[in-house]
Amino acid sequence: MDKVMRLASEKGVVIFTKSSCCLCYAVNILFQELGIRPMVHEIDQDPEGRDMEKALLRLGCTAPVPAVFIGGKLMGSTNEIMSLHLSGSLTQLLKPYQSRS
Amino acid sequence: MQMQRRLAQNREAARKSRLKKKAHIQQLESCRLKLVQVEQELDNTRQQGLHIGGGLDSNNLGFAGSANSEITTFKMEYEHWVEEQNRQILELNSALSAHISDIQIGELVNGIMNHYFKLFCMKSDAAKVDVFYVITGMWKTTSEQFFLWIGGFRPSELLKVLVPLIEPLTEEQRFDAYNLEKSCRQAEDALSLGMEKLQGMLTDTVAEGQLIEGIYTPHMDTAIERLEALASFVNQADHLRQETLQQMSRILTIRQTARWLLVLVIKCLHSKPCLEGPGAGKDVPYEV
Repeated sequence: MDKVMRLASEKGVVIFTKSSCCLCYAVNILFQELGIRPMVHEIDQDPEGRDMEKALLRLGCTAPVPAVFIGGKLMGSTNEIMSLHLSGSLTQLLKPYQSRS
Repeated sequence: MQMQRRLAQNREAARKSRLKKKAHIQQLESCRLKLVQVEQELDNTRQQGLHIGGGLDSNNLGFAGSANSEITTFKMEYEHWVEEQNRQILELNSALSAHISDIQIGELVNGIMNHYFKLFCMKSDAAKVDVFYVITGMWKTTSEQFFLWIGGFRPSELLKVLVPLIEPLTEEQRFDAYNLEKSCRQAEDALSLGMEKLQGMLTDTVAEGQLIEGIYTPHMDTAIERLEALASFVNQADHLRQETLQQMSRILTIRQTARWLLVLVIKCLHSKPCLEGPGAGKDVPYEV
């Protein structure tokens, strides 16, 4: 859906979450640990949240939240992010978006 | 071939049916005991003039163990799982000292890893029935429970303890193993913080329950949501364990992986904790 793709391209790392979702919180913590400040969209606080959720599922996200986009591209949900991190690929993907602190 | 496969399937079905029957009988017995207990408690509270009934579905929230027959079945299936793993480990051990090819060793290694992944599926099913049972590792020994992290072993600890035992490693392997350990720790920390948040929310949900006509009633919809969220954390923790095993098998050669699995199971799964006497501190009781 247009809104999802538009929001997904607004920043290097974008996460769609729900305010009560603790796995979303965990994924966000992981990104911060890796020096990333992701843009977070809580779809349950969005009036078009239901449609956004359907769109995320249609795009192939298993969960539908957390839905992680890097460089405007859907990476997946918690499972995919954890696999990417353990294989060492996540840090590579995140290099262009890391903040120098 | 067809005949043999059918016979094997029949044997498997018969075994499952025997296990189910055993589990059902055990459940009936524990239910009977529980009823006697509850009757006693009711008598006591009635005498005190206060009636706080069991508004919480004790099966769903898993207080003080679980009388669910699915959980009893899980315990039995787990014992069977351990027996099968022991058999696989003994087979791998003899294979490593015999002259068999890397390909055959690889098959045995894959068998052991798939066997582990089966355990994660069993745990996932059990978590749907009683998530607290799985998270607290109730089927494990008390010393194993002490070292538990979200229903099982902590992957980074496993790497830290076991990697030094499979030397010699190349510089590249040591580098990869170090990075894997670091990534595991970061993932674990994130999940742990998420769990803490969820625990807080669960406490709030319980606190927000109401006393209606003397009976405690939680907000069931929210409570169920929280329990499902807990189960998803257990699944994520197991996913991390699975990924760790798979990544290690990529970093190591086939024979190194075989040795690593042997050390993992023999040293961690079956070592009895040795906390006193001359052998004190030697065996670290990690359960996998």
